[in-house]
Amino acid sequence: MAISEHIPIKADTDVLAARQKGRALGLQAGFASIDITLLATAISELARNILLYAREGEIELRLLHEGGRRGVMVVASDQGPGIADIERALQDGFSTSGGLGLGLPGVKRLMDSFEIRSLPGQGTVVTAVKWELR
Amino acid sequence: MDVPVLKQGPYLIATVQSALTDADLAQLRRTLVEQVGRYRSRGLIVDVTAVDVLDSFACRTLRDIAHMTGFRGAETVIVGIHADLAFAMVQLGLSLEGVATALDLEEGLAYLNRKQRAAKAAAPGLRPPAGKSPTRDRRGH
Repeated sequence: MAISEHIPIKADTDVLAARQKGRALGLQAGFASIDITLLATAISELARNILLYAREGEIELRLLHEGGRRGVMVVASDQGPGIADIERALQDGFSTSGGLGLGLPGVKRLMDSFEIRSLPGQGTVVTAVKWELR
Repeated sequence: MDVPVLKQGPYLIATVQSALTDADLAQLRRTLVEQVGRYRSRGLIVDVTAVDVLDSFACRTLRDIAHMTGFRGAETVIVGIHADLAFAMVQLGLSLEGVATALDLEEGLAYLNRKQRAAKAAAPGLRPPAGKSPTRDRRGH
């Protein structure tokens, strides 16, 4: 049974909606309150990056079950300008939009797994998972 | 979502009561920078106890509020950052860069009172008491 939600990200109110849905899903996955806050913060930052760099995109949230363990997968995708130098974008302190988006290295630390695929001119897909604590 | 702002003596207290959108945060910044002037406030407390997430934009807006009102002569204290939020902010790499923080409203008020006393002791009579502007006194004659 896969529960999945797609949240279009087009305005600042969508950032709020995405993290509130993430919070609800984290609760469903049995997360501790701290992990729900970490997940919601990561979602907020990923949604913000979409608005900032691509103007619009989508956040998909999926409840995972794997070996008796529950988790929440976040897929943030857009068809924006993409990231030319991913390695640099994953370094602390790197941002191309005037210091607003600390984003990626921080999001990586908030989540348990983190993967990014991006092609200049074609967009960016970030996939990150947070697992329930055992 | 409007953030209620309470005037308490020489201080303003803004209590954020739910999650805020970017537009709400920007509105709060405008309101506070304006009201610090209107009420001649010496201090400002922003209570974020009810905030669900402090991400990079929220954190930057809080810093902006503190710096802008600071330029207008009021000291800002952020209060009510709960443990989970503090942890998330550190993981994300966020900083409030020198903005004063206190555990809760009570500690925030105590901090501002200490600052006020210290300022008065260092420069007695430099600024008239809050609420009595020199221009208003003159107009009364």
